[in-house]
Amino acid sequence: MTDLYNLTIHEAHELLTTKKLSSVELTQACLARVKKVEPGVRAMVTLTEETAIQQAREADKRIAEGKVTPLTGIPALIKDNMCTKGIRTTCSSKILETFIPPYNATVVEKLTAAGMVLIGKTNLDEFAMGSSTENSALFTTHNPWDLERVPGGSSGGSAAGVAAGEALYALGSDTGGSVRQPAGFCNVVGLKPTYGRVSRYGLVAFASSLDQIGPFTKDALDCALVMNAISGHDPNDSTSVPEPVPDYTHGLTGDLKGMKIGIPKEYFVKGMQVEVDSAIKAAIKKLKELGAQVDWEVSLPHTPHALAVYYIIAPSEASANLARYDGSKYGYSYKETDNMWEAMEKTRQYGFGAEVKRRIMLGTYALSAGYYDAYYLKAQKVRTLIRREFEAAFEKYDALVTPTSPTVPFKIGEKADDPLQMYLSDVCTLPINIAGVPGISIPAGFANGLPIGMQIIGKPFSEPTLFKISHAYQQVTDWHKKRPPV
Amino acid sequence: MKLSREEVIHIATIYRLGLSEEDIEKAREQISNILENFEILKEVDTTNVPPTAQSINLQNIMRDDVPHPSLPMEEVLANAPAREEDFFKLRPVLE
Repeated sequence: MTDLYNLTIHEAHELLTTKKLSSVELTQACLARVKKVEPGVRAMVTLTEETAIQQAREADKRIAEGKVTPLTGIPALIKDNMCTKGIRTTCSSKILETFIPPYNATVVEKLTAAGMVLIGKTNLDEFAMGSSTENSALFTTHNPWDLERVPGGSSGGSAAGVAAGEALYALGSDTGGSVRQPAGFCNVVGLKPTYGRVSRYGLVAFASSLDQIGPFTKDALDCALVMNAISGHDPNDSTSVPEPVPDYTHGLTGDLKGMKIGIPKEYFVKGMQVEVDSAIKAAIKKLKELGAQVDWEVSLPHTPHALAVYYIIAPSEASANLARYDGSKYGYSYKETDNMWEAMEKTRQYGFGAEVKRRIMLGTYALSAGYYDAYYLKAQKVRTLIRREFEAAFEKYDALVTPTSPTVPFKIGEKADDPLQMYLSDVCTLPINIAGVPGISIPAGFANGLPIGMQIIGKPFSEPTLFKISHAYQQVTDWHKKRPPV
Repeated sequence: MKLSREEVIHIATIYRLGLSEEDIEKAREQISNILENFEILKEVDTTNVPPTAQSINLQNIMRDDVPHPSLPMEEVLANAPAREEDFFKLRPVLE
């Protein structure tokens, strides 16, 4: 039998329900794996070993009583920007290093009800701002495929943790690629659902018109199973959409006959790595062999403007969201003064890291008197044009396929001092958040032992289509079955 | 166009963000560089294009005003940097 920590959710579920495996055994296998790989990978901010064992025991009881969901007794990781009641939630920031939420995020509540075993909370770029976890104020996570390289970000801890077998699945959040890019870098599946599909109640806000929570898993079927558990309307999140949630595991037939797939040429950008280009083109040919009609000549001409739109809108919203960290109600507070303004300024000076400050400054500038029209309003208008382009494309195609990132994982430190180079790492993923549509990254090959991700994009609420394509591709390829050398 | 020292300090002040001397110099360099890359938006014709604030068609979500229990006071105040009785303790706003 394969190592327990390498199982998919659906494989483990089968063993659990046929009593060939207990959740406690599976959990202990993951915890043993954590002890082995964590010194090198460093995916986790907080290990919740006791909670995990206790939840596994409860899960075994539920399984014995026949009260089982597909996620009952399955070990999971949660990105450390989602509130977990009684378990500290740091956002990998000094300002929240000791924050203990008094409530659970809706996704945590839903997964707990489904029988989750929580192994730990994972590292991220501070407040999810970054593409490598190097902006974490706590430490940097390392890519299990090459410990000298980044796992991607911002949900790098969740991606690396699933890739290394520390748990069977994880949740991340994606504002401009923060689930898909690290999924691509770590050779796992990562989904950014349609904006509004998953409740964000209890997700620490970064950019509210772009943020969305999504799963990391080892294959498309597992991703569908996690989405079944976390999707749906939530009265606590007024941006969650009251659309019915389908069973995402339906329609995974392995056949793509009649499916129309477009390849937007602007996503094969200048400076893209040759190996990424050829791997994605080979993967697209596979989709064709599976019955899809492929149009290689799709154009989304405003794609080159997406980076600027994103880096105006996201920091603007962030500057508003992060204004709550003033040292008065929770989190780090500068104490060496009696002056209110000085205390607030110093709290933020010492509490926030360099990238967070940079984005606050950018956002404040873009929203400030005299610059609002030229930056923020202009970006919102170009956002409309980008949305319309996607809408027009989805009148003709069921899905668009692109690389997830222009390169394989880069070396730790390589881009740390050059914010613009770092931002370019998300050039293929951030237009999808701007448009609010869903996108998935699935393993699609390797270059010199480093993973390459393929991104599949659909119209709003077309997650079933993304799963259908991903699943079909995974029936005829085995990239997603490759495990890292750690 | 590099941001002036005064501009950087102005932005930081309206946000109430403290910056060290080093932060100020870095911000001048990096933010100016990023803003230059935003110039690309000027070439896009947005005449008669409405702005998009968010991507779904929901508006004005209302709910019935039904009382429900709040978070437990002790758990909320446990995170407070300073408290007095059942209140957050703040520094004086008016001198």
